Amino acid sequence: MQNLIECRDLVKTFPGCQALCGVNLQIPGGRIVGLLGPNGSGKSTFLKLCNGLLVPDSGELLICGHAPGVETKKVISYLPERSYLNDWMNVRQMIRFFEDFYPDFETARAYDMLARLSINPSQRMKTMSKGTREKVQLILVMSRRAQLYLLDEPIGGVDPAARDFILNTIIGNYNPEGSVLISTHLIADVEQVLDDVIFINNGRIVLCDSVDNIRAQQDKSVDMLFREVFRC
Amino acid sequence: MAWNLQSDRPIYAQLVEEIQRRIVTGVYPAGSRLPAVRELAVEASVNPNTMQRALAKLEEDGLLYTQRTSGRFVTEETERIMQAKEEMAADLIRRFIESMGTLGYTSEQAMELIKKQKEEEQCKI
Repeated sequence: MQNLIECRDLVKTFPGCQALCGVNLQIPGGRIVGLLGPNGSGKSTFLKLCNGLLVPDSGELLICGHAPGVETKKVISYLPERSYLNDWMNVRQMIRFFEDFYPDFETARAYDMLARLSINPSQRMKTMSKGTREKVQLILVMSRRAQLYLLDEPIGGVDPAARDFILNTIIGNYNPEGSVLISTHLIADVEQVLDDVIFINNGRIVLCDSVDNIRAQQDKSVDMLFREVFRC
Repeated sequence: MAWNLQSDRPIYAQLVEEIQRRIVTGVYPAGSRLPAVRELAVEASVNPNTMQRALAKLEEDGLLYTQRTSGRFVTEETERIMQAKEEMAADLIRRFIESMGTLGYTSEQAMELIKKQKEEEQCKI
């Protein structure tokens, strides 16, 4: 099967800082992958490159065989690190907006998830707490039938109960041929749902393996391993 | 029912153990149909691929079988289930004797202690 993400020697430099230095990576279909690394390691930069929000300095990046562009935006559902929703809109208006924009958006699923988290569809984004706004954003992103979900810190601001709901939403909803790439540093919470983990540090990939391999070989959780590898 | 998964052992191995425990204790009775992979994965909050792997292992061991189109079932061979139960019991006993060994008891002394404790509990009633 074709890899959903394939990149070779990917380099991205910002003034005074090398964000990614030579990243090689393949992500096949049907996987849930954790992109783990300390703050400033290049996680968000990588996701932005996949979305075409940033352009690489050199190297090659293909999403389902295409360079990032209109075609790839159709197949990627992206949860950015910060909110981009219009805060004067209410949830119902946001859903209509997404429905118009993405042909693969499933309205019924969005309303079902809202009901399960007791979020009122008439509430405006502006009057919501940070956690609720994050939940709405994730519901919008997960209601698409995409090939590739790129989730940048999806559980950072929500309480542990909602975190479980969100993770279950991810396992229960992603398309079996599609893949999910989750960037986070809340490793203990996500490692049970991951197939593979990628450790990234200073713009380089330092480890890429399956969760069960790590546990079997190291006799410790991915969370423990992360604390060892990135000890300050 | 809760799936208590520990964080320092492979998830896949723990799922195999838990499903096996449910089969021998009759939570999933002989011949019954198992919930779908994704349903089980959501219930246990684990990755569907990992759950799939655990089920494939149990199928290989003869505790489950797949009927094309209609799903996955617990074996109807009760002897096979009894055998799995005995294996699990033997494993528990072996681990118990090992732990008692680290406290300095021989297996005979451990058996004496079990008997003594059982008698004391009966006296209380």
